[in-house]
Formats: sequence, C-alpha cells, structure tokens
Amino acid sequence: MQVSHRIVLHFPPTATDQPVIFRLSRDYGLVFNILRASITPEEEGLMVLELSGEDSDYQRAIGYLSEMGVRIQPLVQDIRKNDEKCVDCGACVGVCPTEALVLERPSMRVIFDPEECVVCGECVPTCPVAAMELRF
Amino acid sequence: MAKTLEEINEKIRTGKVVVVTAEEMVDVVAQKGAKGAAEAIDVVTTGTFGPMCSSGVMMNLGHSSPRMKIGGGQVKLNRVPGYAGLAAVDIYLGATALPDEDPRNAVFPGEFRYGGGHVIEDLVARRRVLLEAESYGTDCYPRRELATWLTLDELNEAYIFNPRNGYQNYNIAVNLSQKTIYTYMGTLRARLGSANYCSAGQLSPLMNDPHYHTIGVGTRIFLGGGVGYVVWQGTQHSPTAPRNEKGIPTGGAGTLAVLGDLKQMSERWLRGASFRGYGATLIVGLGIPIPVLDEQTAAETGVSDADILAPVVDYSGAYPERKPDVIKHVSYAELKSGVIEVNGKFVPATPLSSYPRAKEIAETLKSWIAGGGFELTAPVAALPQADSGLKVRPMADHPPQAPGNER
Repeated sequence: MQVSHRIVLHFPPTATDQPVIFRLSRDYGLVFNILRASITPEEEGLMVLELSGEDSDYQRAIGYLSEMGVRIQPLVQDIRKNDEKCVDCGACVGVCPTEALVLERPSMRVIFDPEECVVCGECVPTCPVAAMELRF
Repeated sequence: MAKTLEEINEKIRTGKVVVVTAEEMVDVVAQKGAKGAAEAIDVVTTGTFGPMCSSGVMMNLGHSSPRMKIGGGQVKLNRVPGYAGLAAVDIYLGATALPDEDPRNAVFPGEFRYGGGHVIEDLVARRRVLLEAESYGTDCYPRRELATWLTLDELNEAYIFNPRNGYQNYNIAVNLSQKTIYTYMGTLRARLGSANYCSAGQLSPLMNDPHYHTIGVGTRIFLGGGVGYVVWQGTQHSPTAPRNEKGIPTGGAGTLAVLGDLKQMSERWLRGASFRGYGATLIVGLGIPIPVLDEQTAAETGVSDADILAPVVDYSGAYPERKPDVIKHVSYAELKSGVIEVNGKFVPATPLSSYPRAKEIAETLKSWIAGGGFELTAPVAALPQADSGLKVRPMADHPPQAPGNER
C-alpha cells in the first residue's frame, strides 16, 4: 500500500554528517521531498520531510532512522487563515516560500492551500491583521 | 453637453442617477468613448483600503468629577499614549503610537502587535478601552490622576481626522541588498526577491481625478464605513510631481486630509495593523464619488491599471538614504499579473492594499448613491493644483552643533 507522510526529523550532532536521506531513497526505495532543513545553534539538524512509497518500506526506513539516533515526530503543527480577519491585502503572499498562499486573479483575493503549506511560519508575523494562526 | 452637479443630485433624489464604479468605467469609456460615457454616466465611485499612517481620532472625553486638566498632562488609551496638548479633555490618538513598554525593534524584527490603530479599531468595534491620565492639578481642575474604562458611545465628539490619506500613486519597493529587509512596504526579500506595491490603481480616488478638478475641500466621501469629508490637502501633497502625457502622476503626488464621525464607522473599514520590523498603523477604507460633469472627467475616470505607471525604488539603499533614484517604471497591470521584470530578473509582485476591499467600497458607495441617500458636494475650495507650483520638500538641515549655527 502506497503511503505518504510528513515528518519532522531531529538529527543529533553525531548523525549530521551521515547521508541519511540518500539512504532512504536508495536502500528503502522511498521518494523524498525536503520541505525544510536547518541546523540549529545547538548543532542539531532539523528537517521537515515528505516521504512516499510502500508502507512496508516506510516502516523499515523509520526503523533505520531511529537506529541512527534521529528523533522523529509527525508534522502536527498547522497554519490556518482566519477568513473573518483576512482583508485580502496580499502581504502574506510575498513571504510564502511554497505558494500555499496565492492571489486569485482577477479578483485579487488571497487563497490559502494547506496542502502546500510547510508550516515555515513566515506568514504569521507578516500578516498585518494577525489573520494567520499557528496551531499545534 | 456638460452636466451640473445640481442636475446629478436631482437625479440622485429621483432615483434616476446612473452610477458605476471606476473599474466598470474603464469598459464604458473603452466602448463608448469619453463623449458617449459622459452622456451615459452621472457618477463614478472610487475606493481604496490600505494602511494609512497619518490617521487618528480626535476625542472629547467629557469632564470627570472632580475636573482634571488632561491637556498639558499625559494620557493613554489601553496603554498607548495619546496627545494631550489641547484643552482639558480634548485628546488625539494617532495610528502609529505604541505603548511605552512595547519592545519595538529591540529583538529584531519587532512585531508591533498593538498600537494606536488597534485602539481605534477597538473603539469603533464598541469594545471597552482603558483611559489613564496624569496631570499637574490646578485650582479649577484639581484632579491629578484618573483611570476609567470607556466605550466610544460614552465620549462626546470622536471624529476620525486623518492628515494624510489616499495617496495618489506610490512607490514599488524592492530590495537590492543581500539581506531581507522589513519596511512599511512589507518584508522585502534580498536580491530583488520581492516587489511590493500599495495602491488601488484604477479604483484609487485621486487616480480618477488626477488634476483635482472635482475633489476638493468639502467633498463628501465614504470614510471608515460612514460619511466623511475631505477637509484639506493631505500632508506632502505634491501636485507638481512628474506626470505622463495623459496627466497621470508617475509616482506619489496628491494626498488628502479627511474627517468624519467615528461613531458612524465600522471595524470592517478601520483595522489596526502591524508591519513587522516597522510599526503599528491603521488600515483605512476611503471612497470618493466623482461627478461626470464633462468629457474630460469621463476620460479621466476611464483610467485603467495599464495606464498608471509607478516607480520601482530600492528600499535597502536609495530610499533610506533619501536618494531620488528610480530603477524603472512599471504599470499596475504588470504588477497585478504577479511578476515584473527588473534588471533582467523576473520579480514576484505582491500588493499591500486590498483590491477586493477597494472594490467593495466603490460598490457600497455606488449603492448609497443609487439608493438616494448620498448626494455629492462641490468643493468649497480647490486643492492646490499643479499650477500652484507646490512641491513636497525635504526637512530643513541646520544641526545646532554645526559651525555658525550656535546660539
């Protein structure tokens, strides 16, 4: 059965030099999409990853990641646009890296597609009327 | 055959007026020509809904018991300082005022989540607001401190008085530096990563009366959801700004000072706003009806987004350094396509001013006029026109410590 999951990976300093993501693809046959990657000041690696493939391969891959000391969490944060507060100014569209927020033309209304959102959070402080809400 | 304002107002009273929005007028003029449009259309409505920092509310609080001379003292509303330099209980609250305890940009970029504009929104939404005041006490006004919750309807006068609204055109902000910058034109990505614009374009009031023939002191308008008036030119009004061959300014030009009763307004059209790294302000809904008195007015209200050019300005360098450099001009039609070309690069273009809300204002004003409840006024005094030679100037620069400037 084909599955697709968005997960948040925390890499300890010992794992940051391992080609872990490459192995998920080559050894476990999974399609990966890196949605976000950073190294925190404490030198922990953080990655938001979308992994797709056969469920059995996915489960084995999760096992591999755990053995490598990688902490895994499902991506449970999400962003919501409060349509009562939104005034369709467009400020958020300019900062969204994945086009989850776009302007519909010719109406120029702001449309939010949660499927495209990677919860980077930039729209939250950018929205002048606090219409973008970060929820856990 | 020119019409008079009185003829148009008579048609409003008898329900025969033909009114369209400035967006609809683009097509009317394109199809019928200016002459045909002037015959067919009586009024064109315009609208804009964007951040307008030179905005605020003038209030009379009513006297406390015992009386207090707040004028000359200090006043805060929900911790946001107001201006107390007038009579005892007359105060002004501006849109960009911030609480003393707001960290501003101490941790950069600051969020500016609550300021004067937010207090104004709270007031018009009929939420209660905390008034705190301190002053020095006099024989006739002995009280020295005061704190009370109050709501808009408990005030005497509360009128929105905005010294600068409705900018006729504006810059397009880009960032040529290597780092993201945070400005009143929004967050701008490095290396020409963003182009932000702030105008209702073809719906914008002064864009539809570019030479200020019908809009002047005393023009009745839609303001904040209620009825207001143009009372003066706005600050920085610059009628001599460069214009194209059709007379349309190619950058910021005219501005309006407007006034209206806050108690008639609504929070749908007055919203507190926060600009990351920059400050707090008020988003104001403004709409102005234009009587189509002649062919020239018809032609001017037929202006479309493709006809209006705006200047691309670098907000990382030229703008903060007050250099006049303009990279190029692009039209609002190009901007609204979502991408413009600058220095060989395709730059995403996004607005800050809400076009859907501007359209809703123009439609609302249209329905007020068509319904017979709103008549147009002729200006009692004209705004300074291009022939006045008026041009906005920079600040005087005479630092006290410079040689020759000593006391």
